[in-house]
Amino acid sequence: MLKFVIPLILFLVMAVFLAMGLSLNPRDIPSPLLDKPAPDFSLPILAEPDKILSKADMVGKVWLLNVWASWCGSCRAEHPVFNELASKNIVPIVGLNYKDDPWAAKQWLAQLGNPYQVSVMDQEGRTGIDYGVYGVPETFVIDKQGRVRYKHTGAVTWNDVQQILLPWVKQLNAEI
Amino acid sequence: MKLLPILILLMLSFHSIAGVEYKKFEDPQKEQAYRVLIDELRCLVCQNQTIADSNADLAKDLRRQVYEMLEKGQTRDEIVDFMIQRYGDFVMYNPQFKAKTGVLWVAPFIFLLVGFILVWFMSRRKKMQENSQANDQQKAQQAKVRKLLDEGDQS
Repeated sequence: MLKFVIPLILFLVMAVFLAMGLSLNPRDIPSPLLDKPAPDFSLPILAEPDKILSKADMVGKVWLLNVWASWCGSCRAEHPVFNELASKNIVPIVGLNYKDDPWAAKQWLAQLGNPYQVSVMDQEGRTGIDYGVYGVPETFVIDKQGRVRYKHTGAVTWNDVQQILLPWVKQLNAEI
Repeated sequence: MKLLPILILLMLSFHSIAGVEYKKFEDPQKEQAYRVLIDELRCLVCQNQTIADSNADLAKDLRRQVYEMLEKGQTRDEIVDFMIQRYGDFVMYNPQFKAKTGVLWVAPFIFLLVGFILVWFMSRRKKMQENSQANDQQKAQQAKVRKLLDEGDQS
C-alpha cells in the first residue's frame, strides 16, 4: 500500500509546484524601485529638444510614466488604451521615449495620436537603466512625493487601466 | 594525427569574447574585473544569457555602464549594488545571500540532507529484514535438526 501512496504523494506535490511555475510570468520581475523615490532625470523634450523636463517638475502630482518607442510592437498595441485614458483627463501621462530616433518617434505620435502631456527623449537609454527598464513598454505610477508606487511591465490593456492603474491613481490622489 | 587537437580546439567556444564589442582598458586589472562582471550579470531581456553573451540592446547598454563605472574607478561591489538597486536580485546569476534569496542557497543542502536520511532509513530497514530472515532460516534449521534427533531417538 505504502509503495503506491508515497510516489503518488510525491507526484502530486511536484505537479502542484510545476503548475504554479507554469502560471508564473518569468518576465514579471518585481521592481526593487517600489515605494522608493523614482530616479531623477533631466531629459530634452521630444517636441522641443532645447527644453528640458526633470522629475522635479512633476512633484506634487500623481502621474504615469510610460516607457515607449516607435520600434516597439507592444507599444503600438497599448497605444489606443493610453489615448483613451488621456482623453478622460484623469492623470497626466509622461512618455519616456526610450532609445528611439526622434524623427520616427514624432512620426509615430502624429500617426497614432499623442496621449502624452509631454514625452522626453532617452536616446542612450541611461534613464531607462536607472528605472530598471528591461522590456518596453513599461508603465510606472508615481505619487505626489515622487515615489514609484506601481510598475507594469508589458502592454497595458483597458482592463489593467480600470482595475489597476485608475484605482492606484485614485488612492494616491487621496494621499496628502 | 594532428587533426584531433585541432578539432578539440574548434569545439571550444570563447563565449565571453565572441560577438561582443571591444572595450579598451589601460589597466589590465580593470579589464579582468570587467570580464568577470559581465559574465555574472544577467541580461533581463534574454533571461538565460549573461550580458557578456547577449547581443540585445539592453545588454550592450549594461556593458557600457559597467565599463564606464570601472573606468571611473568604482569597485565591483559598487557596480553590483548599482545593478541590484535598479533591476533587483535577479540581475545577478549568483544572487547575494539575504533573507529573500536564502531559500535559493539553502534548499539544495536541505534536499541533500533529506536524501541522506532517506537512504540511511532504507538501508537500515533492509538490514533488519535480512537479519530477521537469517534468524528464521536458523530457527528452521534448528527445528529440523531437533526433529531428526528426536526421530533418531526413537529407533
